Amino acid sequence: MSELTDLTIATARKGLAKGDFSAVELCEAHIEATDAANDALNTFIVTTFELAVKRAAQSDKRIKSGDAGVLEGIPLGIKDLFCTKDVQTTAGSHILDKFTPVYESTITKNLFDDGAVMIGKLNLDEFAMGSSNETSYFGNCINPWKRKADDAHLVPGGSSGGSASSVAARLVMGATATDTGGSIRQPAAFTGTVGMKPTYGRCSRWGVVAFASSLDQAGPITRTVEDAAIMLKSMASYDAKDTTSVDLPVPDYEKKLRDGVKGMKVGIPKEYRVEGMPDEIEQLWQKGIDWLKSEGAEIIDVSLPHTKYALPAYYIVAPAEASSNLARYDGVRYGLRAEGDDILNMYENTRAQGFGAEVKRRIMIGTYVLSAGYYDAYYLKAQKVRTLIKRDFDEAYKKVDVLLTPTTPGPAFAPGEKGGDDPVEMYLNDIFTVTANMAGLPGISVPSGLSLEGTPLGLQLIGKPFDEAGLLRVAQTLEDAAGLLPTPDKWWV
Amino acid sequence: MYKESRETEKKNLVQGSTGDWEVVIGLEVHAQVTSNAKLFSGSSTEFGGEPNDHVSLVDAAMPGMLPVINEACVHQAIRTGLGLRAKINNRSVFDRKNYFYPDLPQGYQISQFKHPIVGEGDVILDLKDGTTVTIGIERLHLEQDAGKSNHEMHLKHSVVDLNRSGVALMEIVSYPDMRSAEEAKAYVTKLRTILRYLGTCDGNMDEGSMRADVNVSVRRPGEPWGTRTETKNVNSIRFIGQAIDYEINRQIDVLEDGGSIDQETLLFDPKKGETRPMRSKEEAHDYRYFPDPDLLPLEFDDALVEKLRKELPELPDDKKNRFMSEYGLSPYDAEILIAARASADYFELVARGRDAKLAVNWVMGDLSGHANAKGVPLHEAGVSPDQLGQLIDLISDGTISGKIAKDVLEIVLEEGGKPADIVEAKGLKQMSDTGELEAIVDDIIAANPKQVEQLKTKPKTIGWFVGQVMQKTKGKANPQTVNKLLQDKLEIGEG
Repeated sequence: MSELTDLTIATARKGLAKGDFSAVELCEAHIEATDAANDALNTFIVTTFELAVKRAAQSDKRIKSGDAGVLEGIPLGIKDLFCTKDVQTTAGSHILDKFTPVYESTITKNLFDDGAVMIGKLNLDEFAMGSSNETSYFGNCINPWKRKADDAHLVPGGSSGGSASSVAARLVMGATATDTGGSIRQPAAFTGTVGMKPTYGRCSRWGVVAFASSLDQAGPITRTVEDAAIMLKSMASYDAKDTTSVDLPVPDYEKKLRDGVKGMKVGIPKEYRVEGMPDEIEQLWQKGIDWLKSEGAEIIDVSLPHTKYALPAYYIVAPAEASSNLARYDGVRYGLRAEGDDILNMYENTRAQGFGAEVKRRIMIGTYVLSAGYYDAYYLKAQKVRTLIKRDFDEAYKKVDVLLTPTTPGPAFAPGEKGGDDPVEMYLNDIFTVTANMAGLPGISVPSGLSLEGTPLGLQLIGKPFDEAGLLRVAQTLEDAAGLLPTPDKWWV
Repeated sequence: MYKESRETEKKNLVQGSTGDWEVVIGLEVHAQVTSNAKLFSGSSTEFGGEPNDHVSLVDAAMPGMLPVINEACVHQAIRTGLGLRAKINNRSVFDRKNYFYPDLPQGYQISQFKHPIVGEGDVILDLKDGTTVTIGIERLHLEQDAGKSNHEMHLKHSVVDLNRSGVALMEIVSYPDMRSAEEAKAYVTKLRTILRYLGTCDGNMDEGSMRADVNVSVRRPGEPWGTRTETKNVNSIRFIGQAIDYEINRQIDVLEDGGSIDQETLLFDPKKGETRPMRSKEEAHDYRYFPDPDLLPLEFDDALVEKLRKELPELPDDKKNRFMSEYGLSPYDAEILIAARASADYFELVARGRDAKLAVNWVMGDLSGHANAKGVPLHEAGVSPDQLGQLIDLISDGTISGKIAKDVLEIVLEEGGKPADIVEAKGLKQMSDTGELEAIVDDIIAANPKQVEQLKTKPKTIGWFVGQVMQKTKGKANPQTVNKLLQDKLEIGEG
């Protein structure tokens, strides 16, 4: 039955409808694959196989009775940042020890209402802080891809490493992910998957453990652009429980997916040509330009002059919000509690034991930049930079419909290879992705080729606010031109 | 920029051993918004209940929970701003005030720091000595209340009740415009009256619905501000007065002894009547304020403000002025009547279409006496406005005398019933029949020749004859008729 795991969501949906296989069979195939892979890849923090089979059986009933939802019987993985009713939710942190929500996040509810079947909760960087899935309390998650030359493990990127890895390894057909500075797109690029971050406000943040509230946005990781369109349609909704979600109709993203790019204007921002960028990234970018041009798009050079300030400003805004968002993990009401002599001591012990080094670093940065006397120089200035970045994009979108850039400055690396001495080395992974978060824009990473080492590389498209439909259309063209990547070897079996 | 509005007044100076001191007071009043649900969650705001009965996922700051502004609370804040004749800000921003405490589940309080919903306004005070002062309002902002910690219930642990956590508060900040404990008490009293009229805060200080942070400093008249202290969370008007007076004396003592005042946060101990410094742990933090990224700026248009303005009830100052002009009330009577909206409404029901003077006298006189004796507000004294109105009607149309009316009121209070029925049943109708009264007057004149003789030299002793008639008629005789009869019979001119 292993070929069932190679299906896309779109094809599996057809097969289920025709009765070629049942939802339970589809589910069991993915359970089997997960079971075989999880020791090696560590993509799941917890698996929910029994629940999955039960839900798949219910899906089969609904398919039979003609009540199938748009994701009926589709096995998905859920990033463990989404609160799931009665299923433990850790955010990849020790501090949420044994935390089991009594509520369902809006996004997972949307997916389950549409018939999706959860296989388990996926590994991630602790509180989504990281670019390699090395900060998880539950251990590194491993990329199914390896370099041609050696047998070394590679990171899947982060923070949605478990999502990207398990989709690439065919353990689930799609996964939820979240993106605060690139956490969907960067791991998608590292694993040869499609990662889509919608416009800020398109998906509800209700029930998603917060990292940086003004930047966090959930989206799908899938194997094809079409699957991303299907999943996003289900995930997106206006939610009265999240006042930053936007009350706009969610279009049918599949409808115009294959309308092509003829006459569209694609912007190439010169500031993304950074110093020290490997030739292969430069070449990939040029390939992308050529593909879109040959499909009839007009290529226009644009300038986003404040791009270089985006990453430093991001590393002020995101930690500032995180330092406040993570204050609730204090050992008083839920999660880990490390006893102490008094309340202060209990706080200190709990947070010292509960948070990992990267989370602590960001809490300290955030606390520092919000402190009296520093607020204006850091936080306020960073917010001004943010406004300027937004303005850059507004200007660019007067001339173009979409922007094309590389997703990452390089391919996947090995655990321990980056950021050991200097965290900034790791932070630089987000250099091309973070701008979309700062401006609240939709972005998508499309697998576009292999590096010299034989590992995946992605190209990024950044769109206009709430124009996910347009973005997906260009992404589909890119995917068609690049062709689907080969399936990584199942070295773990 | 704030400019001092008060002139130094002799009556406000406090005498120290080295000369006069002027007191400067500003208050931050925390008023719980009257609303069914909390500021950012759907939980009930009901007072009481078992600990942690009224706690939602948002109030408990569960992971991934988000605040959603309760529009009803916003409307209440706007109404209050209008009641304080204040500037309403169509755009305001919620900020996070960050600090750790077990009764603050989020690890931050959502408040408004730089951009409050309401700006400058004022409150007018009519003081006992007949003077009027205007107290400036600096701002009003919305914020969440915290839960309650209890350190006594368990031997080793503290326990937390989150019922209040997230309840909407309005923090109303005055300018330092008050100059005595009396003024501060009058300010809080007036503010409470305004809030109660508006229905935006129940003002029940014993339930914690209203409490004040009291800022006090002293200075030599005409000099710049002294260093202030802030006494936190004082929860009765009496205690506010006590805390201020204690601080005034303490600060003057310190300064006159050559010391200096520390700018510090104090607590008031009602048992000892003293202020004392808060433990250092609860003292000032770096709150790291920043705009709450979970909430968009709070924006509304003028149309909403105008709609709410139109719906406002008559406010205390307006009612007072109207009572004075419409019913001829003295400022003092008017002030007392308007203090509680229910009393004012009661008065109006009694006075409408009747002799205003008579209505005032009865409401402020006998009824108020009974209410005070029972320790209840006027409208709860046990006489309905209808009953009192009927009683006044019986006086006005001459059915009973004022004296009999007092007896009827007693009966109404004790037994209830319609005054007219009581008068009828107990035969208390005034005797105005000249023939009947004439016979009684004749009898008395005949039986008392000595007094008749005396009357010739002392005309004022006619009162004795009136008294005799009243006694005979058990007070039912119409005094005017009796007077007229006696004057005619005894051939004396009108007194």
